[in-house]
Amino acid sequence: MARSVRPQTKIAFTVLAWLVGLILFFPILWAILTSFKTESEAIASPPVVLPSVWTLENYFDVQARSDYFKHFFNSVLISVGSTLIGLFIGVPAAWSMAFSPTKRTKDILMWMLSTKMMPAVGVVVPIYLLFRDWQLLDTVHGLTFVLTMINLPIIIWMLYTYFREIPVDILEAARMDGAELWKEIVYVLVPMAIPGIASTLLLNVILAWNEAFWTINLTAAQAAPLTAFISSFSSPQGLFWAKLSAASTLAIAPILLLGWFSQKQLVRGLTFGAVK
Amino acid sequence: MGSITLDHVNKAFGDVQVIPDISLDIKDGEFVVFVGPSGCGKSTLLRLIAGLEDTTGGTIKLDGADMTNAPPAKRGLAMVFQSYALYPHMSVRDNIAFPLKMANTPKDVIAQKVDYAARTLNLNDYLDRRPRALSGGQRQRVAIGRAIVREPKAFLFDEPLSNLDAALRVNMRLEITELHQQLKTTMIYVTHDQVEAMTMADRIVVLNAGKVEQFGTPLELYRKPANRFVAGFIGSPKMNFIDGQDAARYDAHSIGVRPEHFQLSRESGTFTGKVAVAEQLGADTFLHVNVERLGLITVRTGGDETFENGETVHLTPDPQRIYRFSADGTALSHGQA
Repeated sequence: MARSVRPQTKIAFTVLAWLVGLILFFPILWAILTSFKTESEAIASPPVVLPSVWTLENYFDVQARSDYFKHFFNSVLISVGSTLIGLFIGVPAAWSMAFSPTKRTKDILMWMLSTKMMPAVGVVVPIYLLFRDWQLLDTVHGLTFVLTMINLPIIIWMLYTYFREIPVDILEAARMDGAELWKEIVYVLVPMAIPGIASTLLLNVILAWNEAFWTINLTAAQAAPLTAFISSFSSPQGLFWAKLSAASTLAIAPILLLGWFSQKQLVRGLTFGAVK
Repeated sequence: MGSITLDHVNKAFGDVQVIPDISLDIKDGEFVVFVGPSGCGKSTLLRLIAGLEDTTGGTIKLDGADMTNAPPAKRGLAMVFQSYALYPHMSVRDNIAFPLKMANTPKDVIAQKVDYAARTLNLNDYLDRRPRALSGGQRQRVAIGRAIVREPKAFLFDEPLSNLDAALRVNMRLEITELHQQLKTTMIYVTHDQVEAMTMADRIVVLNAGKVEQFGTPLELYRKPANRFVAGFIGSPKMNFIDGQDAARYDAHSIGVRPEHFQLSRESGTFTGKVAVAEQLGADTFLHVNVERLGLITVRTGGDETFENGETVHLTPDPQRIYRFSADGTALSHGQA
């Protein structure tokens, strides 16, 4: 039986939900508005909500100072590249854990998750030195490698949870039908797990896109993605709020759009394993 | 060809011995049913033959070749699962064609064979549908179609009819039997339903706790059960067992009489009791008679006679058809040859 909710309670919760939503969205909204203001309006006190004159000057300045599209393509290469490599490794790994578990499978899964609990700054020196010696500093493939390693546990965990929902009978039927291991994965498992694989892909592209610690510490000019592009605007000469806002808006716009259009898949991805 | 030989096959999951030691010889073209109560190891045994589980010991031979360690794909067997296990993302046509595609069969041959299987199983109108748009019976036909096109050495059926309703089950039972007569390929069929076993099998393997209790034709099992377990398991309604002094009269630890082997009389008989429940099925009536000392005894009688609940009746077992058992349950020589 459905629980009965009083109309007043319903209205109160709706208002509260909108309020929380607005508070969360406010910084992004403020940054977008500021990016259209002049520098003096941006730091005005009391603050000006809407720009008196809407200007695109900040965007032109940002593009003139450093090439936005170069950083944008670096971000795309690194986030999509690391996610695809992660999936390529993660699908077989999750397959073996979901369908052929051993006594130690749970321990391995926990161990992989535990690497996410370690603060990144704890390993920055060894990784920096390795990168220096292997000449991977400021290279797109070096960053792709690091981000693959960082997001692999999440990829495997998500895929593992999706794969567990697939009846093992169907994979066994494929085996009986003469499918070798890789054919079983390519023709049967992957098509059945497409929704799960899609949300894993989306979530990990977003995580890799937003990753700021390694991308800023291991790059300089050549391989710098958008995260490094934004941070380059907080300079010792002082903060240029309007330009910084324009850079931020440019950096978050692609991922915001991606998130908007794939909301359904993402919600499924973020609540994976929550039901059933 | 499709002979299957199991030689001292055993299987343990950790410390649990599911199948202690089984040896079986299944002839080419035979329809063999594995029957037994749930948890007796019949499905495990089938999965060992399929290669979906690894044996702990013993050898499995197909047509004389040792296949104990061969992967399922290399054994040349086809399996029909209880859950149908159709590929949900493929059409019926692609489901049936899948094994052929895996074997790199040319496209025109695939089309030909799928068409043949679809005609045999009346699936022509559904070839472009997805499995979720089919009824249970149609899904089971697709699963069978997928098995047929491979032209396997043997078919393995794992309780394929348990998800269907009673009427459809009878139909599918007939269809599978006809299919066997048509293809003449070895079939191994797992079920817990002894009626399915009796009606379909050339020979039945009765399993209990991972052991073969008896391997024989349906009528052998019915007429000459090797022990009390088989006697109780084969036959519907179940055989009545009588222990104690009434069994001792027949020089046995216990005796068994099938419900159809009692003579029923309103005047006199060996045992006297009162009708507790009369189940009228039309052609037959099953009487559950409360007999003093023995408890509830089931008797099968013609559908034309009617009995009131509480009515006193007299039962006389057919002396030629009394089964005698020793203390450990082994059958002693009995009347019926």
